[in-house]
Amino acid sequence: MRQPLFLARKSYRLRRLVDAARLLPFLGAFLFILPVFWRDPASGQSRTAPGAVFLFIAWAGLIAASALIARRLARTESGDPDGPGAPEERQG
Amino acid sequence: MSFNLLVIVCLLYVSLLFAVAFLAERRAEAGQGGWLRSPLVYTLSLSIYCTAWTFYGAVGYAARSGLEFVTIYLGPTLVFAGWLWIVRKLVRIGRRERVTSIADLISARYGKSNLLGVVVTVIAVAASTPYIALQLQSVTLSVAVFAADRPAGWALPDGGATAAWVAGGLALFTILFGTRNLDADERHHGVVTAIALEAVVKLLALLAVGIFTVWTVADGWADVYARIEASPVAEWPLRPGRWIGLTFVSAAAVLTLPRMFQVMVVENVDERHLTTAAWAFPAYLLLMSLFVLPIAVVGLERLPQGANPDLFVLTLPLAEGRGDLALLAFLGGFSSATSMVIVAAIALATMVSNHVVVPLWLSLRPAGARATGDVRGLVLLSRRLSIAAILGLGLLYYRLSGGSAALAAIGLIAFVGVAQILPAMIAGLFWRGATRVGAGLGLVTGFLIWLYTLFLPSFGADGILSAEIMANGPWDIGWLRPQALFGTAALDPLLHALFWSLGLNSLALITGSLLSFPGPVERIQALAFVRVFEGDRARRGWSQGGADAEELLTLAQGILGADEALAFFQAEAAFQGKAGFLPDTTPDFIEALERRLAGAVGAATAHAMVAQFTGAATVSAEELMAVASEAREIIEYSAEIEAKSAELARTARALGEANDKLRDLSVQKDAFLSQISHELRTPMTSIRAFSEILGDPDLPPDLRSRYTGVIREEAVRLTRLLDDLLDLAVLENRKLQMNVKAGNLHDLISRAVEAASNTRPERQMVVRRDLGAEFLPVFTDTDRLVQVFINLISNARKYCDAPDPELKIRARRKGGRIIVDFIDNGAGIPKKDQGLIFEKFARLTDTAKAGGAGLGLAICREIMVNLGGSIAYLPGQGGAAFRVTLPVRPQTSAGLEAADGPAPKETLS
Repeated sequence: MRQPLFLARKSYRLRRLVDAARLLPFLGAFLFILPVFWRDPASGQSRTAPGAVFLFIAWAGLIAASALIARRLARTESGDPDGPGAPEERQG
Repeated sequence: MSFNLLVIVCLLYVSLLFAVAFLAERRAEAGQGGWLRSPLVYTLSLSIYCTAWTFYGAVGYAARSGLEFVTIYLGPTLVFAGWLWIVRKLVRIGRRERVTSIADLISARYGKSNLLGVVVTVIAVAASTPYIALQLQSVTLSVAVFAADRPAGWALPDGGATAAWVAGGLALFTILFGTRNLDADERHHGVVTAIALEAVVKLLALLAVGIFTVWTVADGWADVYARIEASPVAEWPLRPGRWIGLTFVSAAAVLTLPRMFQVMVVENVDERHLTTAAWAFPAYLLLMSLFVLPIAVVGLERLPQGANPDLFVLTLPLAEGRGDLALLAFLGGFSSATSMVIVAAIALATMVSNHVVVPLWLSLRPAGARATGDVRGLVLLSRRLSIAAILGLGLLYYRLSGGSAALAAIGLIAFVGVAQILPAMIAGLFWRGATRVGAGLGLVTGFLIWLYTLFLPSFGADGILSAEIMANGPWDIGWLRPQALFGTAALDPLLHALFWSLGLNSLALITGSLLSFPGPVERIQALAFVRVFEGDRARRGWSQGGADAEELLTLAQGILGADEALAFFQAEAAFQGKAGFLPDTTPDFIEALERRLAGAVGAATAHAMVAQFTGAATVSAEELMAVASEAREIIEYSAEIEAKSAELARTARALGEANDKLRDLSVQKDAFLSQISHELRTPMTSIRAFSEILGDPDLPPDLRSRYTGVIREEAVRLTRLLDDLLDLAVLENRKLQMNVKAGNLHDLISRAVEAASNTRPERQMVVRRDLGAEFLPVFTDTDRLVQVFINLISNARKYCDAPDPELKIRARRKGGRIIVDFIDNGAGIPKKDQGLIFEKFARLTDTAKAGGAGLGLAICREIMVNLGGSIAYLPGQGGAAFRVTLPVRPQTSAGLEAADGPAPKETLS
């Protein structure tokens, strides 16, 4: 399939939004793994309480970001018959 | 906290669930789904991910292993945050292919292979049965908490009895609301609404206990933080391997658990709901786990040593003297357990019935016999039995394992079990090269390794595998130790099983796929799945025509039910530009039909059933496909031209049909003119002859009166013929004076049956009626309606050629219309004549026998058009069948808007 080289500003934004949505789980995985490697300098053990605080904040942040992107996608999607992400899946 | 109160509240709650499910079904049936189809209900239904194991068990898990419990929720969060990758594709495919279960998905993707469906079904049942047992255990344990302070005696509930009652009630609920309809298109609104309500209850319950713990027992978050720091779980070694492994397993499970697939894909009514579920479902999970750690820590602190941490959610409020809160928590746990069991039972029963029972039944019938008849009843019955059997299995497992500690670990074991479906699923969605052989090898390999390394050892030392085998491996081969394959003893048992089962599963899948060669159906399906977002053009039908539309209709009626099937065939015929119920059996139509049937019985069975009728096309398809795939590039470019030529073909077909009809009509009209001349001439001749004789003055008086009688009879016949013609002319010009009255359909049919009984009175015809269904009020010109009924019944009396003629009259109301079917058991009307019978002067048999001019059905059609309804011939009912449809209320200007037939406007002058 031929793909146009330049896109209108709106479609360009939409595609980057789709990119963001697709990358979100990787950001999440990165954040969720972090506390596993934390060790308390004093005991050499990982501490549950700060780990939990960090995890829940990261979790809530991920949900907020996901909600923002998904809602914006839902709004623009109605104008795009292919649905978000369709252009990326075509193989050239 | 009284135990009796608990039982009463429980019963009330269950009745509420039944009522909610019932009302939701009613609303959905009446087409007022409204909020039932909202994204909120969809998101809440997803929460069956949180079972009693997570409701009670998460706190226990946190009390034992600190923060690790949260991995069970992080996996699904990541999957849903990345919904554009997998979930959206699954839902799109599920809707397009009318997938009925995860086994059906795998089977449909890999060439509609039923064998793969069976393998996935076996995995799902093996992994889910203990899981169901776990839910029963949780309810039993939580009931026991409330019964603990009762004096031992007759009232003390036996744990097994509680489990049996719960399982029985759940089976009843699931059968009532889970097997009301067949097609996946008509989703289980009642069930989904009930579990959405349960989702709210369990969230509120856990939040209430959590808020009570943090702000009443403890002193706010700061205090809780300090308490965690001071608790035994303050410094807990987080093991990176387990952390990542568990997150991965839970992510896999949310995609592959049969019950999750059911609510996420099968019950999805609108793909756009995903944009809400993508963040709302993770938010639900966050709220469910927010208070887990505080409850665990405060519980450890407050409750006596040795108290079961799995029940802190209940025992903590009880110990603090808050019985009401404990009751709410109990309802939360009860909700979690019941909703999981209900959906799991539906999902598993669908798989068992579609992939095991129905194919078995099909293959057991004598070779050559075609599957028609009432498959629908069989499928529903087998689903009901499967539900009962699955719950029975769960109960049996619970009894056998005796509520042991082994059961508590089964949650994660089940997760690893169903995760074996993941490689086949992911490869199926993204890799066109994945083949049936590869997927089958992978699934079987993964399943066996899971059994050997995780499931069987879970029965404990000397459970099923002897301690000897566990320690030294079978036949003392150390490399085959169940929990240390090839010496990998450093891994913890769960990770060990995950690593080996999924690793070898994927390896077998890839190797098998690379080395095998897919068949034609497989390749078409692979393309349709992998490129699901690229529209329909990836798919080209290959099946040959030659199937008989009427036979296919009979098949479809057996599965979908008469109304559904007729509506579908009518729509397809209309799409091809044809009137009536029988479309041409083009490849496109066959494919649409197959997909429609797949929504009821699964892709593999639907394919096999339709293939019986489309016949021997499969042999040459292999070669055809080889050529076709080479030329696919060209085909894709010519798709547009093809679409246009399809459009042309459709128009041509409609034109051809109209032309044929015109030619037939013209022939008929000529025939009629000569006939009408004949009909008019015969009585005229005898009237003239007899009146000449009457002119003879010598005629004896007795002969005179006899001849006068003959003249009168002939004149009456003449008048009747002219009346019919005039009547028709009036009707066709829509000048009918409607005499609208209220009537009871039952009385009208009775009148008609009575009046028609003097047509060929020597014949005995049995009239079968459903008296109960006939009591429907009608507002219409009742005399005219009765005229139509009389005509149809008389026709049946005249033409039904069965030795024991029988006429079935079925009446019912559907939407704003009343439908009355008249079905006899004769030979029916040949297909070539079905289009003509409503035309004027059409008569299929010779004139003498019919004794009319062939105007009856033409008049019927015009009357029905005038009444704002219609009359049509129903093919495929095992006899001549007519359907009369009329609106419940007369439309104003009925004559104008209901003129659907090609009613000629000229009068016969």
